[in-house]
Amino acid sequence: MTAEYKDIPEDLADFVDMFAAMTDRQERIDALIDIGTAFREVPPEVATRPFPELRRVPNCESEAFVFSQPQPDGTLKYYFAVENPQGISAKATAVILDKTLSGAPLEQILNVPGDVIYDIFGRELSMGKNMGLTGMLNFCKAAAAQQLEAQENSK
Amino acid sequence: MTSIQNQPSTLSADISSRGYAHPEMLVTTEWVAAHLNDPAVRLVESNEDPLLYPSGHIPGAVEIDWTRDLNDQLRRDYLDKAQFQALMSRAGITPDTLVVLYGDKSNWWATYALWVMKLFGHKHAVIMDGGRLKWMKEDRPLTREVVHHPVADYASPERNDKGERIFREGVLEHVRNHGKLVDVRSPVEFTGERMHMEGYPNEGALRGGHIPGAKSVPWSRAVNPENGTFRTADELRKIYADEIGLKTDDEIVAYCRIGERSSHTWFVLKYLLGYPKVRNYDGSWTEWGNLVGVPIEK
Repeated sequence: MTAEYKDIPEDLADFVDMFAAMTDRQERIDALIDIGTAFREVPPEVATRPFPELRRVPNCESEAFVFSQPQPDGTLKYYFAVENPQGISAKATAVILDKTLSGAPLEQILNVPGDVIYDIFGRELSMGKNMGLTGMLNFCKAAAAQQLEAQENSK
Repeated sequence: MTSIQNQPSTLSADISSRGYAHPEMLVTTEWVAAHLNDPAVRLVESNEDPLLYPSGHIPGAVEIDWTRDLNDQLRRDYLDKAQFQALMSRAGITPDTLVVLYGDKSNWWATYALWVMKLFGHKHAVIMDGGRLKWMKEDRPLTREVVHHPVADYASPERNDKGERIFREGVLEHVRNHGKLVDVRSPVEFTGERMHMEGYPNEGALRGGHIPGAKSVPWSRAVNPENGTFRTADELRKIYADEIGLKTDDEIVAYCRIGERSSHTWFVLKYLLGYPKVRNYDGSWTEWGNLVGVPIEK
């Protein structure tokens, strides 16, 4: 599956391959529910309520917010908030994006295609849900692009 | 097969006291808890989040997922008669079964499923007031066990799109006639503003804004945020009659992005406030905002 994707973060490629190997829908769902239980909200030293609207993911019905902090090695650490207590998919997505994009090379993050959301959640994902979850990914990519630009400008 | 004569009454004192035009269209969580094993009742969960039902649902409930179950898998359209019959049969629903729908997001997908069922003329479908949120806040039981009810016989009429649904040509005519439109999206979507960070792609529609003449009433204003229940009829009238001037004889069109949030408002206007002529434009902004040459306001 990830052979189609050029130079994306290795941890994310592993996740995508793991889900691609799941042919049983129930197995995929159970795995995502388990992943979602590991969700931890953005710590107060990074952001507190009310979260700034500029950090809200457009089109995400689970009211997800994405935050990022530059790390000493030039990468980003991502944090998330999901205001909908029943937003399990958004929480699972947040866990996956944090585990796979935090600390990853910024250029690789920009290479991640939106299709990875379908790869992980399955093609039966509704358009609206896909837009929201892909929006979380796109937010991470936009933050990576901004960080790269800032690094270029500081040279 | 369950006969219609065996159907339980759905009325409760709590809901009857709220002044709705059709209080029988709502049941309370207490009512559902008392009918978990009622063979005349089928609980149906319908969610925005596809992981919710498998993570735990009301015992005995089946799931209807709008993407997999209610949509035609090729065209952008709903099931046809044969597909709907198959869906109902698979869920163990007969034409006389009292279907109780509930779900997340204050029941917006539940009302969407109910709207589709009404396109096929299913008479006995109601909403559990408060949906999943209220059920969970009351610490009522959930299970991950997926039940398979005996396959039922279901004979449906052809889908009738005339009463509850409107297409783009109809909306254009409605606009020309200065008909009433309710845009139930967020205020930011209504104005077409970009509030998000630079570099974020604008997905879903090529143009932002709203259909000319539409009034903005986000769908969620119809519910109490603390428990997802519907506001009283008096509170709803203040919003829809007093604020945006909807009158009983008005032809009303509700829309959102893909027609799901607007089915919630359709339910509120039609059943809770009793407006007789309300239609849902399911093409909504993903169609209108991409159409060539149609009028748009910002």
